[in-house]
This record gives sequence, C-alpha cells and structure tokens, in this order.
Amino acid sequence: MSSAYSITRSVNTPRAVYLDFPLGHTAGRAGDKALQRKVMIDTLSALDTIQVPGTIRTLPYRWADTDEWKDKVMRPNSEKGQHADDRVERSPDPQYQLEDDRQAAELNLAKNGCSDCIWLAEQDMAR
Amino acid sequence: MVFRKQPMSGEPVDYIQRTREQYAHLGYPPYQWVNNPGEPPFVPLGKALRDARVGLVASGGIYRHGQVAFHYKDDFSFRLIPTTAKLNELRVTHFAYDLTDARADPNVVFPLETLRDLAQLSRIGELSRYAYTFMGGIYSSRKVKEILAPAIADRLVKDAVDVVILVPV
Repeated sequence: MSSAYSITRSVNTPRAVYLDFPLGHTAGRAGDKALQRKVMIDTLSALDTIQVPGTIRTLPYRWADTDEWKDKVMRPNSEKGQHADDRVERSPDPQYQLEDDRQAAELNLAKNGCSDCIWLAEQDMAR
Repeated sequence: MVFRKQPMSGEPVDYIQRTREQYAHLGYPPYQWVNNPGEPPFVPLGKALRDARVGLVASGGIYRHGQVAFHYKDDFSFRLIPTTAKLNELRVTHFAYDLTDARADPNVVFPLETLRDLAQLSRIGELSRYAYTFMGGIYSSRKVKEILAPAIADRLVKDAVDVVILVPV
C-alpha cells in the first residue's frame, strides 16, 4: 500500500496499490471504517489480480473535492517561495506518545527486557 | 526558488522531487532514494485469499503500550504486535508525518482491525499471529536492506505467512 507514488515507483515493488491521500493515511481516513474496508478489499484484489511485475494500481478514492492539500506538502512557507526547516530534531531517546507509556515500558524492560522489542545490532549483517 | 507548476487534479504529489527541492534549499546534498531498476521479483499468490494466512508489516512508528517507543535517530529496531491487540493499546510515534489521525485511529497506518474484520468475514483465511512494526524514518537504506528487512522477513517465513500487506507512510 502506498500514498507516495514516485517513491514506490523508484523502489519498484512487485505490486502495489496507490491511495492519493496525504501521508499518514495509507490505509484510509480516520474513523471511516467503510472506506478502510474498501481500500483493503481493493488491496487484496490487486494482490490477487495483478499479473505484471511492478504494477501500481491507483485506487479510486479522493481525499477532498479539490487537490489544494497538495500545494503545501513539504512547502510550509511556499507562498513566500521559501522553505522552512520544519523537521523534528533527531533524538536518540524513545519518543512516547503518552507519559504513561514510558512508565509501563520501563517496568516491562526491568522485568523481561521488553521481549517483543527487537533491537538489531549492526554486526548481525555478518551472519 | 521557482516551484514546478502545481499538480493537476489527481496527479500524485512527487515526494522525491519535493525532498530534492527542500534539501537544495537547506543546502544539503540530495537524498539518495532507493532505486531498484529492472523487473521486480514476483511470486503469484498460490492459493485463494480466503485460505491464506496474511501478515502485516507497517513502518508508521506503531508500538504497543508497555513496549519501548521508537526514537528518531536512525532507529532500525522493530516491535512484535500480537494481532489480537486491542486498538486502545496501540500508540504511534514518528517524526515525518502528522500523527493526529493515526493516533485517533491507528487503522489508517496499521489496518489491524480492518484485516481482523475481513478474516471474520472469511475474505482472508486468517491473520498471522504477529504484526511487525518499525519507524520508517531511517536515513540509511543500507541498514534497512541488510539488517532490518531480512530480520522481519525471517520472522514472516517462520510464521508461515502466504502473503504480507506492507503499509509504509
């Protein structure tokens, strides 16, 4: 599943579906269970029916009546013709959604090392 | 800087081109996007979907309450999420997209409930025991290709999945 056509084209996946929505909605719109299901049924159907390697099938859903949302993507100050560096600082500390998550994770870490968190060492390459 | 003309209705946002413009403006060298030329490997689905075990892999930064969250500095670790997990146990963290909707409804980047419903309706055979999640803002595509992707692929093979839904952001 993809919402970034050019990237998926470049990666050259065996098969893909393309949903023309803003990033962060690859599988549909929040709270719209019916659309989410349609998108997934179309995805499964693509899996079943695409026969030409590299095919990207565009799904027939639109984010909005117009494509205005596309103008500002990665162009926070585009009306001034400028780019602001709006990227978030790359912190090496876990970025919890909720403070309560941090406490639960630290407890879990102390107890069993978070057995369902898989950290991969660079050395694993040489396996 | 002069931008390319606005996309016409229905024309995809070209994220590669926009990243190039943004990096150029910030004075950075262009990002090296993954490019795999030639015909991609292709394995036809060997059975009916209603008999297939379906895997789920998502790069949107999903973790489960109780797990260590992802960090934002080339984190190439991954998490096992039981596909029986409750929606309200799921969390989302990522530096490169607006998380508002994903946090309100994780299905938009991690269609767990959607797939569970389709299994219930016998549109797919079953969901694999675990979904695998990571935080896709990893600058080194080499680390993904040589370390992370093979580790997840190994798990999927051991889980004996017939097909995997990949959900990037």
